[in-house]
Amino acid sequence: MIKYIIRRLIGLIPLLLGITVITFAVIHLAPGSPTDLEEQFNPKVSLEVRQRIAHLYGLDKPLHVQYTDWLGRLLRLDFGISFVDSRPVIEKIGERIPITLGINLASIILILLIGIPIGVSSAVKEGAFYDRFMTVFVFIGFAMPTFWLSLILMDLIGVRWGLLPISGIKSLEFDKFSFFEKIIDIARHLTLPIFVSAFGGLAGISRYMRSNMVHVLKQDYIRTARAKGLKEKDVIYKHALKNALLPVVTILGLSIPGLIGGSVIFESIFSIPGMGRLFYESVMARDYPVIMGGLVITAILTLLGNLLADVSYAAVDPRIKLE
Amino acid sequence: MFVPLLLLAAGPHYGDAIVVGSIGEPRSLVPILASDSASGAICGLVFNGLIKYDKDLNLVGDLAETWEVSEDGLEITFYLRKGVRWHDGKPFTSKDVEFTYKSLIDPNVRTAYAGDFQMVERLEIIDDYTLKVFYKEPFSPGLSSWGMNMMPKHLLEGEDLNTTGFNRSPIGTGPYKFEVWKTGEKVELLSNHDYFEGRPCIDRYIYRIIPDQATLFLELRAEGVDYISLTPLQFKRQTESRFFKDNFQKFNFPSFGYTYLGYNLKDPKFRDIKVRQAINYAVNKEEIIRGVLLGMGRVSTGPFIPESWAYNNEVRAAEYDPGKARLLLKEAGWSDTDGDGILEKDGVRFSFTIITNLGNNQRKLTAEILQKRLKEVGIDVKIKIIEWSTFVSEFIDKRRFDAVLLGWGLSLEPDMYDIWYSAKTKEGEFNFVGYSNQEVDKLLLEGRRTFAQEERAGIYRRIHEILYEEQPYLFLYVPDALPIIHGRFKGIEVGPGGIGHNFIKWHVPEGEQRYTR
Repeated sequence: MIKYIIRRLIGLIPLLLGITVITFAVIHLAPGSPTDLEEQFNPKVSLEVRQRIAHLYGLDKPLHVQYTDWLGRLLRLDFGISFVDSRPVIEKIGERIPITLGINLASIILILLIGIPIGVSSAVKEGAFYDRFMTVFVFIGFAMPTFWLSLILMDLIGVRWGLLPISGIKSLEFDKFSFFEKIIDIARHLTLPIFVSAFGGLAGISRYMRSNMVHVLKQDYIRTARAKGLKEKDVIYKHALKNALLPVVTILGLSIPGLIGGSVIFESIFSIPGMGRLFYESVMARDYPVIMGGLVITAILTLLGNLLADVSYAAVDPRIKLE
Repeated sequence: MFVPLLLLAAGPHYGDAIVVGSIGEPRSLVPILASDSASGAICGLVFNGLIKYDKDLNLVGDLAETWEVSEDGLEITFYLRKGVRWHDGKPFTSKDVEFTYKSLIDPNVRTAYAGDFQMVERLEIIDDYTLKVFYKEPFSPGLSSWGMNMMPKHLLEGEDLNTTGFNRSPIGTGPYKFEVWKTGEKVELLSNHDYFEGRPCIDRYIYRIIPDQATLFLELRAEGVDYISLTPLQFKRQTESRFFKDNFQKFNFPSFGYTYLGYNLKDPKFRDIKVRQAINYAVNKEEIIRGVLLGMGRVSTGPFIPESWAYNNEVRAAEYDPGKARLLLKEAGWSDTDGDGILEKDGVRFSFTIITNLGNNQRKLTAEILQKRLKEVGIDVKIKIIEWSTFVSEFIDKRRFDAVLLGWGLSLEPDMYDIWYSAKTKEGEFNFVGYSNQEVDKLLLEGRRTFAQEERAGIYRRIHEILYEEQPYLFLYVPDALPIIHGRFKGIEVGPGGIGHNFIKWHVPEGEQRYTR
């Protein structure tokens, strides 16, 4: 097992290198340049000045030189300096990851807590009114545009009823709050965003869970268990659920890179300073160091997530052996 | 007896905070690197230039008390205000001005503002509060360039300005002191009680970053922000309720910018002045302003701010007259020979593409109205909308376009050399339409050499006239700025340049203050 993991980790290196070569090329070959400063360009910013800025960014060097420069810095764990505000890329990404990660974790836990019971109970009552009702319910969540639902809830709960704050993650007076008030404040700010993102994600897990469960419940060993005279509760929660949960482990492994990726629309509407917005704004500003930094981190997490999914699958399912 | 009483009656009310909502996040608070509007807004409160524009758009002293321009226009002498201190208590002197100037022309600093300062031959310090600037040749736009915010030498000398920590914790001389910047959330400033023009009435300035227009508006309705810029739709339709009338005050005045359709003058179709004039008659600008801006704007006839002394009020906007447009097109040799409704000349159909940038709905709607009106006089228009950075580098810089719908942001300095001078047509330069007129070239150079405002006014008004006659751009409109501010703020004055000029006098009466600590 250890040998297998080491072998896989070594195999990741060329893969990662290949990913960086391709993404670096694609991003730099895309039209546009970081020196296209403003929405309305400014006649005071002359051509010479723009060329000078491009030179200071090293953009006048050939692409392969730019790439090796970048790679050399990366090997020293230096992600470079953002073109937009001259801050270290790692700092810019670092201050946003906890926010996005926190929200995504909270929302994925909520999804599991609600989605799995919905899936299981729907499978048990397959075809009944409850099952069909839940199907419609989770698909409403899936199909509803995030921005629309968010705005409606913000208008209703935030503006009309004044129950929850509308946007941001902290109040303006946050620094003067006591520890307890701070926690309440953040929780109040995050209620709507987490609800909205969990509502949209419910369909995936619950449908997955339902179909696994339906499949498992038709297996011979379930019939055996029932024939043995086990209580229906034991049949479902001890025998069936364990097996039906196995594929969920894979999904969780694959969702690791998603944990640090935020949605632009969602983060913009709730004005949450997360990864989605950072990445989107960086692409729009052609802030190459930040884009590359974000991509490298996402690529590493995706590859590790795959590995983790494989390994944990072997750990929970005795039928699978890793060689 | 009378004076103190009056003061008492108008007595300043200190306290409270103003929460400004904005879509953009500042990029850098090093003033010479701040090129976006968010950074500009913050830097404008934290720093001062040597000179500034007052309420009536005249140049007045700021950190400089007065200045003198020599007869030959080659020297400007600045007499600095004495007793001004940086927020850390160190005195402001001419060494800081010299340092700022040297940083601006340093080739290793990524500043976008080097251009005007490269015209300076040298800067000489006479004493702590006097300095002389020598120009290689008379350069009148140089004067207003000294409105550039000054930076503290004692804090920045020897630092790499591109990456210094100062860009997120600036220290200036201005009415507000920097307090905190939480990325993606807010920038907070505190009033400077020792400000040389007096303590600002509002204690805290909070700049909240809310990247979505709809959310920004909901926050306004929930009174979570005090001050935002409205869209015309929000101004006309969504803020007319009792609630907004009771709690907010709205303003509208011309913004510093105009929207135009620029022709590629290399294109044989547009090389003919009659064609350009015909398009001017065929397009109803009033209709565009009604449709796109819901009336919140005015027709533009030239490249200056309508309130500026350079603007020629005698230039009359052409009436909407499609008949005259058809006549001019006919004179130019265009006629509909095959009866398909589109004009032809030498077998070529009159068809062209307007390109504009993604994400600007006003420009998109304007292009659609242009398309409809030009169709009526037999010109086929296609519209292509392109993401900003691609738009600039692949289409504008390389001059790969028929016609481009864009806007220019303007300053009060009317020098337009970079936009209209005939030689400024290299890739990446701003005369991308390829305009060339000897008289305009001559006037542009003259305008840069002349200091007397009346004389300059004559020059720029003539340029205005020529440009409207020759129509290298189809000048469309100057949109209004549409700020809305919470009603508890008193003392806001609208001047020709807007409302920002007396910000430090805005105040909230004691009973109405919301943010008290």
